[in-house]
Amino acid sequence: MNGRHAYWTPFRGIVVRECLRFLQQHERFLAALVRPLVWLFVFAAGFRAALGVSIIPPYETYITYETYIVPGLVAMVQLFNGMQSSLSLIVDRELGSMRILMLAPTPRWFLLFSKLLAGAVVSVLQVYLFLVIAWFADIRLPLLGYVAVLPALMLSGVMLGSLGMLLSSAIRQLENFAGIMNFVIFPMFFLSSALYPIWKIGEASPLLEQICRLNPFTYVVEFIRFSLHLKLDGLSVVVVSASLALFLTLAVWRFQRN
Amino acid sequence: MPDPVPYLLDVSALCYRYRGADQAALADISLRIEGGGFHALLGPNGAGKTTLFSLITGLSGLQQGSVSIAGADIARQRLTALSRMGVVFQQPTLDLDLTVEQNLRYFAALNGLGAKQARRRIAEELARFDLTPRRRERIRQLNGGHRRRVEIARALLHEPRLLLFDEATVGLDVPTRQQIVDHVHRLAEEQNIAVLWTTHLIDEVYPGDTVSLLDRGRVVAQGTCRQLLQERKAADLKQLFAQLAARDYAAREVAL
Repeated sequence: MNGRHAYWTPFRGIVVRECLRFLQQHERFLAALVRPLVWLFVFAAGFRAALGVSIIPPYETYITYETYIVPGLVAMVQLFNGMQSSLSLIVDRELGSMRILMLAPTPRWFLLFSKLLAGAVVSVLQVYLFLVIAWFADIRLPLLGYVAVLPALMLSGVMLGSLGMLLSSAIRQLENFAGIMNFVIFPMFFLSSALYPIWKIGEASPLLEQICRLNPFTYVVEFIRFSLHLKLDGLSVVVVSASLALFLTLAVWRFQRN
Repeated sequence: MPDPVPYLLDVSALCYRYRGADQAALADISLRIEGGGFHALLGPNGAGKTTLFSLITGLSGLQQGSVSIAGADIARQRLTALSRMGVVFQQPTLDLDLTVEQNLRYFAALNGLGAKQARRRIAEELARFDLTPRRRERIRQLNGGHRRRVEIARALLHEPRLLLFDEATVGLDVPTRQQIVDHVHRLAEEQNIAVLWTTHLIDEVYPGDTVSLLDRGRVVAQGTCRQLLQERKAADLKQLFAQLAARDYAAREVAL
């Protein structure tokens, strides 16, 4: 294999496979789309009257609750996708197709990283589909924000995929996955700024506010929120990047060891 | 040009012990296969075949001994060694939701075949295994025999020098098994590929094949099938196994 084919071709193959799998698993495709839409059109509609969102960065004026939770729902799509990718890693391991990946004449760390990037690409596709539907429902963001958010989506997609990979490396059997997911997805999502601003949570409980501030998912949401409004939140970039480095290193280490 | 590498698989003095185990899973295993050679690794379940397979493919790290694939040491030149081998596992490893062609394209990409080369090789292998009309069918729609053929075609895509089969015919009916065994024998001969065929089914071994009989992690008999039968004065492999069993052989699970 020459230099270009040694890395680019396997990477392309892994991305294409993940995209094909996603498109051909119709239930997964539908679930990925319906989940955030239910939150947006049902949950947010009910909460609009109950919860007022005052002007907080990056917003420069009063916004509707639907507009507020869009970045949180985008992050939720990525969170579920990251965990779904790790689920597919466990299935691959149980069905044996992981061995085909591990026998490719390419360094294992690169194959795992490619798998994570492929998962992030799939999550980006889901996010844009969700944003298009939201657009038609009159929840519109700055036009350039749709482009500016792409690096944030890729970075957070890989970060959440690494977390999923790390969890999957610790899970021996598929049956154990659902339980652990309940202890990861729901706390991460609800104890973040996805649904309510952190100051609002702080009004109810300072302890919960502190927990939200320690949750890396909060920074994924804020990174996406600021990027969609053409702004950069330095702290979020640092936390998401550091979490990515930590989760990825641990995940690759565990896979190499296993 | 003569082949500068005499052995396409060279396993030398391999020993392996699982963590916490009292006994070694493999002890002093050596075997060599030349181009065009078909080497059957026979043994009952638990003899150490799968462990040996994992060590040859680099899925488990070596503890003692060496494995070389067409001159590339699996421990020191893992990627080169992997690029020279094709593997068919006992457990199916195809993606059921993808078509035959999509599965093959994925594997070709993993092995660094560019788009044009991949297209050519996929067309060749599909034709070789009479799978061209099924190339757009999902794996889920295929029967066991066709799935196996796709896996063998896949293992050949990157033109390996060594083909490894780990109990590749388990679960298939007798005629399909026979077809596949015939096909792989022809393949070894025509393409000058070395084949390591792991099985516990005696009827998959031909008289001219080299056989290593593995039991409790040790090679207890090695040679061509004919040689072994002559040496032990056995009429066929079935009888040979019976003799070995009489010598307290653990041939209890070998299917006759």
